[in-house]
Amino acid sequence: MKTLVFLLEKEFRQLLRSKQLIGILLIAPLIQLILLPMAADYSVKNISIVVVDNDHSTTSRKLIEKIVSSGYFRLKGYEDSYTAGLKMVEQDKADLALQIPIHFERDLVRENQKQVFVAINAIEGTKANLGGAYLGSIVKDFNEDIRLQWQVDNPAPTISVASSNWYNPLLNFKLYMVPAILVTLVTGLVAMQSAFNIVQEKESGTIDQINVTPIKKYVFIIGKMIPLMVLGIVLFTMGLLVGWLFYGVVPLGSWWVLYGSLVVYLFSMLGLGFMIATYCGTQQQAMSLSFFFINIFNMMSGVFTAVDSMPGWAQAIVTTFPPSHFIKIMRPVVLKGSGFQDILPEILWMLGLGLVLNTWAVLNYRKTS
Amino acid sequence: MRQLVIFIRKEFLHVFRDRKTLLMLFGLPIAQIVLFGFALSNEIKDSRIAVVDYSKDAVTQRLIAKIGSSPYFNIQRTLASADQIDAAFKKGDLKMAVTFPAGFGDDVIHTGKATMQVIADASDPNQATTITNYLNQIVADFNTELAAGSGQPMTIVPSMQMMYNPELRGAPNFVPGVMALVLMLVCTMMTSVAIVREKELGTMEILLVSPFRPVYIIISKLAPNLLISIVNLFVILFLSDIFLDLPVKGSFLLLVFGSVLFIMTCLSIGLLLSINAQTQQAAMTGSLMGMMLPTMLLTGFLFPIENMPLALRLLSNLVPSRWYFIIVKQVMLKGLGIGAIWKELLILGGMCVFLFTISLRKFKIRLQ
Repeated sequence: MKTLVFLLEKEFRQLLRSKQLIGILLIAPLIQLILLPMAADYSVKNISIVVVDNDHSTTSRKLIEKIVSSGYFRLKGYEDSYTAGLKMVEQDKADLALQIPIHFERDLVRENQKQVFVAINAIEGTKANLGGAYLGSIVKDFNEDIRLQWQVDNPAPTISVASSNWYNPLLNFKLYMVPAILVTLVTGLVAMQSAFNIVQEKESGTIDQINVTPIKKYVFIIGKMIPLMVLGIVLFTMGLLVGWLFYGVVPLGSWWVLYGSLVVYLFSMLGLGFMIATYCGTQQQAMSLSFFFINIFNMMSGVFTAVDSMPGWAQAIVTTFPPSHFIKIMRPVVLKGSGFQDILPEILWMLGLGLVLNTWAVLNYRKTS
Repeated sequence: MRQLVIFIRKEFLHVFRDRKTLLMLFGLPIAQIVLFGFALSNEIKDSRIAVVDYSKDAVTQRLIAKIGSSPYFNIQRTLASADQIDAAFKKGDLKMAVTFPAGFGDDVIHTGKATMQVIADASDPNQATTITNYLNQIVADFNTELAAGSGQPMTIVPSMQMMYNPELRGAPNFVPGVMALVLMLVCTMMTSVAIVREKELGTMEILLVSPFRPVYIIISKLAPNLLISIVNLFVILFLSDIFLDLPVKGSFLLLVFGSVLFIMTCLSIGLLLSINAQTQQAAMTGSLMGMMLPTMLLTGFLFPIENMPLALRLLSNLVPSRWYFIIVKQVMLKGLGIGAIWKELLILGGMCVFLFTISLRKFKIRLQ
C-alpha cells in the first residue's frame, strides 16, 4: 500500500510537470467540444436542385413551385436541356436534376400518365436517399392536388400518418452529437496517454530502475492508472460543463450511473493503452498503434454512422470496442434519462473487456528483458 | 548535393532498421481503409420497430405485413399497450413505434379516412426523419393499393436515376474521405516526431554544428516519409480497385499528382509541429488530439460542409484534406479531368509552399 502511495506521488508529479502537455491534453479537447457539434449538422434541408422545364405549362410551373416551397430543396437555377442539367450535377453545383419533358401537361390529361426524370448524385447515400424520398412524396402530394382540381370526385380511402418525435422534438442534431464527441475526446486522451506514459519510461530507461525494485507488476500498473483516471474524470466533467454552457445539454439520467460507467470505461480503455505499451519499444510505435485503435474506434463505434447499418461481421468486431458500449450508455442516459437497469448489459461488457485487457497487459509486462 | 544524398540515405537507414515501426507505418493505414470501406455505410435498413395494434382487423394486418416485408423495417415485437413504448425506447432496442387506434379498419372502409400514430425515437434525429419518411412512403403505396379498384387517373411517375453510385453503397463516399483522413494524419504524425526526436536524444546539436545546410536536414527528414506515404497510396488504390470495386475512373497520373501534393502539404504540417514541440509526446499528442476530430469532421465526408455555420466553413478551408477529398471524388469516382480540380490543386500547392517556408524560417531561428 505504501509503495502505491509513493508511486502515485511520482506519477502525479510527472504528469503535472509538463505544462505544454497539460495544456494540450485539456484545452484542445474542450475547444473541439465547443466547435465540432456545430459541424456535425446533418439536416437534409439544403438539397440543391436544377430544373429543366421543357413544357413551360401551368402544371409544370406549379409542380416546380411546390418543390421549391417545400423547404427541403434549394433551387439552383434553370437549364434548357437535360444534358446541361446533368452537367450541373457532375460539377457538384447541384445535387439533383429534374426534367419535366415536353407535352407534360397535355399527355397527363390525354394519356393519364406521364414521367418526369430525376437524376441524383448518389455518392452521398443518405442525401440521395432522402432527396429522392422527399421529391417522390412531393410529387405524390402534387398529384393528389391536381386530381382534386380536375375531377372532384375522388372517393379513394386514405390513411394518414401522424408522427411525433420523442426526446428531441426539435430534431436538433447537436444534442445527439455532444455526448458522443465527448466520449471520443475522453477516449483519445486516456488510450494514448496510457500507452505513451509507459513507453516513455522504456525509451528513457527509467523503467529499468522500477524493474529492479520489488514493486509488483499490478501495483505499478495501478499506479499508472489512477492519475490518468483522474485526468479522464476531470476532462469528462469539464466536457459536461461545456455541453451545458454551449449546447444546453443537461444529462437527464442519474449522475451515479454516468460517473459509475465512466470509471468502468476508463478502466477498460486504460487497460488497452497499457496492453499496447507492452508491445511497443518506441514512442513512435506507441503512437502508430494507438492512432490505429483510436481512429477505428471513432469511425466505427457509432459516433457518426449507425452501427446497425454495418454488415454483421463488422458489428461483431465493434462489440469488442469499449467505446461503442460507452456511447450506447452516454446517449440514452443523457438524452432519454435511461436508468441503471437499461444500460447494465453495456456496463458488463465494458467490465469484461477491461478485465481481459488489463490482465493481458499485466501478463505481457515483463520485468526482465 | 552529395551531402544531401548521403544524408537521405542515413534517414532511410534509420527508418528501415526499425522493422516493427515500418510494419506499422505500412500495415495500419491500409488495414483501416479496407476495414472502413467494407464496414461503414449510411444506409438505414432493418430498423427495429414495435407495433401497437388496438384494432386488429384485416386492414391493419395487411398494412403491418407490408411494413414488415419492407427492407427498411424489422418488426421486432408487438406491444400490448402504448404505455410500454417509453420503457422500450429507454432500453434502446427500438427506433420507432407504430400505433393503430381501435376501429382503424372500419374507419378506412366506411369513412374513407383513418389516422395511425407513429412515434420515433428522435434522440438520433437523422435516423428518425429518415425512417419516418420511409414509413410515409409505404403508407402512400398502401393508399394507392387500396384505391386500385377506383382507378388513379393522371399519374405523374418520377423516374429516378441514382448517378455514380446506383446501389447507394457507402464505400464510394467513405473511401475518398477515409483516404484523405488517414493519409493526412499518418503523414503529419510520422513527420511530427522527426526533428523532436533528435532534440530529445541530443543528436540535434551534432547536426547543427556540422556544415550542413538546414534545408538539407529538413528535406532528408521528409524523404523517407514521402516514400512510405506514396507506397501506401498505391496499395490503397490497388485494394480499393480489387476489393471495393472502386477503380480510378479518371487519369491515374493526375490523381497521383494531386496525392503527392497533398502528402507534401501534410508532411509540412508535421514539420511545423515538430519544430515547435519540446517533446515527442507533446508533438504527437498535438498532432493526434488536435487534428484528428477536426480533420474527420471538416473534410466533409461525414457531414456536408455547406450545412455548417460560417465560422466552421471558413475554418474548413484551412484543412488540406477537404480539398484532397474533392480531388479524389472528382478524378477517382467521376472520372473528370484537370479542368474540374485545378482550383483545388492550386490551393494545396499554395498551402504546401507556405507551410514549408514557415518551417524553414522557424528552423533557422533555432540555429542562432
